[in-house]
Amino acid sequence: MNSSIILSVITFVYGLAAFLYVAAWVFKKEKFGKIATWVVYISVVGNTAGIALRWVETYQQGFGHAPLSNLYESLVFFALVIGVLYLFIEKKYKLPVIGVVAMPLAFLSIAYASMGQSSNIQPLMPALKSNWLIAHVVACFIGYSAFAIAFGISCLYLMKRVNPDRKGFLFTSTPTLSILDDLTHQMVKFGFLFLTVGIITGAAWANSAWGRYWGWDPKETWSLITWFVYAAMLHARLVRGWQGKRIAYMSIIGFAAVLFTYFGVNLLPGLHSYQ
Amino acid sequence: MTKDSSGFLDAVWTLFASLKLTIILLIILAITSIIGTVIPQNATQADYVMAFGEFLYQVFDLLDFFDMYHSWWFQLMLVMLTINITVCSIERLSVTGKTIFKKNPDPNLARFQRLSKKHEFSTGLDSDTIKKKFRSAVKRSLGYIRTGDTDNGFYIYGETGRWTRLGVYVVHTSVVMLLVGGIIGSIFGFDGFVTIPEGEKENRIRLMNNAGFQELEFEIRCDNFEVSFYDTGMAKEFRSSLVIIEDGQETVKKDIIVNDPLRYKGINIFQSSYGSVPSDIAHFSFTNKDSELGYDYKLKVGDTVDLPEAMGTFTLTGFTRDGAFQGHSVGEAFTGTLEKEGEETINLLLPLKFPTFDRMRGGNEVVAVTHFEEKFYTGLQVTKDPGIWVVYTGFLFMIFGCYITFFMSHQRLCVEVIKEKDSHKIIVAGFSDKNKPGMQLKVQKIAERLEKIKD
Repeated sequence: MNSSIILSVITFVYGLAAFLYVAAWVFKKEKFGKIATWVVYISVVGNTAGIALRWVETYQQGFGHAPLSNLYESLVFFALVIGVLYLFIEKKYKLPVIGVVAMPLAFLSIAYASMGQSSNIQPLMPALKSNWLIAHVVACFIGYSAFAIAFGISCLYLMKRVNPDRKGFLFTSTPTLSILDDLTHQMVKFGFLFLTVGIITGAAWANSAWGRYWGWDPKETWSLITWFVYAAMLHARLVRGWQGKRIAYMSIIGFAAVLFTYFGVNLLPGLHSYQ
Repeated sequence: MTKDSSGFLDAVWTLFASLKLTIILLIILAITSIIGTVIPQNATQADYVMAFGEFLYQVFDLLDFFDMYHSWWFQLMLVMLTINITVCSIERLSVTGKTIFKKNPDPNLARFQRLSKKHEFSTGLDSDTIKKKFRSAVKRSLGYIRTGDTDNGFYIYGETGRWTRLGVYVVHTSVVMLLVGGIIGSIFGFDGFVTIPEGEKENRIRLMNNAGFQELEFEIRCDNFEVSFYDTGMAKEFRSSLVIIEDGQETVKKDIIVNDPLRYKGINIFQSSYGSVPSDIAHFSFTNKDSELGYDYKLKVGDTVDLPEAMGTFTLTGFTRDGAFQGHSVGEAFTGTLEKEGEETINLLLPLKFPTFDRMRGGNEVVAVTHFEEKFYTGLQVTKDPGIWVVYTGFLFMIFGCYITFFMSHQRLCVEVIKEKDSHKIIVAGFSDKNKPGMQLKVQKIAERLEKIKD
């Protein structure tokens, strides 16, 4: 039994959760949604166990580092944070419909890890050996996850907006537009705080590793671009009163910037590209 | 001041007081920042011409795309954003400041009465008991409490978090601090690089972007450099043993690794790279062609040796990183001289890459480098940034400011007590400046709590 087997199995559990949410939504069966929530709990517990075991395995191999150091590990962690964040939202707002968008994202993340990435445990290169690693990565991924869920809610918003009063297929269980709009805003605020912490911990780390807190490396720059987009969105809403469709589009553009910060930068030269 | 210039200043002020400008600047900054992530920054002209062609190279060069984050237009936008934030904050604070810094805030009863969501119930308690009981119940949830009389009864007013309205100014101040810290760093600091071979010392730092040299008040000596590897072949650790020498005294000794620099008198020394240099010691073989006998010597630059079999006297005169033979580069090479009595001194070139090179000379003896000892040099990033503490304070301001702005709010609640025939009517209402749904829940909870203790 090793961590990558556990995580491969958990991939399917996430897939099941996603399927159940979509089924609950499409067929209007609340029961499916309730089961799905339990399946998410199982996924989150299994995902956590997988990461913990992997941490132990790094020690067994003689390296000993938090499993947050390459694309595989970060994707697995991304899925976990989306899962945990979703459970919080469901508990607080009682809106299982968010699962319809959140769980497929968590599933895609861990599936990409399990199927597309090598799960070999690698030792850390010297630059990554720092106490900042955990704080930096955790903050960034909480931010990314909040933005991912905001993106999902914005998509729901735009779908629902096409015909807000329609009662038929796919639309009954969706909450009102203004709730979706508000929830997008809440998620973006939450994500923005953590993105800010992530960028700042990264800057402090860079300063202790390379003697500069900001070097316009592509990853740094893209995280700043993302920060600019969401900052514009927050100002547009808080001070100019933008709502609804425009906020939804900005949330989608913001998440595109997140995805490029995460994946696209690997195509560009720089210190952060995952190998 | 003439009328025209004040009109102009007003116009500038109005421009920078506009939030539209903030949003436009943020979006333009986001879009233009992409350029520098797609075009590698600060590469050589030859690389750019090869990648883009002569024409595009000229255009991009004109637009400063090759060092765009330091270009005048990009920095101008950053400065404009900071001015914009400052002006907007001053404008807003001049309005909301009156609310924020009010000593004894009055409840604006009409404002509560206008709210659409109110909780109402009635109680048979007498007004003194109501005041006592409800006052302490409201006080449990909200800080500032004030009671007062109305025409037909009284009110209990509570509020909390008035100061959280300052959160946004904390964030904006942090942005200004980042800019100021950055400017202090770029004016009074430096960023450079130095390579020091093991056993040697250096105090001249080559500055980034060919900006010349910076002399340090002290010397850095590298006693030892070590690189270790994992079994996989991946680098595990780079470690330099450094000594700081000031006025001839060894003041600090420290091993530095990546992520653990040496800081001395405001100057930071980081492990950055490494490499190897041939040392000035090497093993040489001297072979007599006639006897086919070879003789080995270990020599240091400057050494002279009398060779057997009348091969003469050999002097190792130097080492060059870029030796040349008839106009062709042969790379790293030792140089030496061979003197024989009654003959002209022969100059020898002994490239490390071509051990049999000297055979081509056609002399009676062949000199070859058989083995040379390499030593490491350490590559150190040396920086000074007196603005760093301003930047770090800005970081803390930004995190706390964002938290306050997003997740704390100024909450106000009013319990209005209206005297009726033989009972009192109670109206509970409240609002906040942010997170209104959350405040509605809180108001509801307080109303429920009051209703429970009404009898």
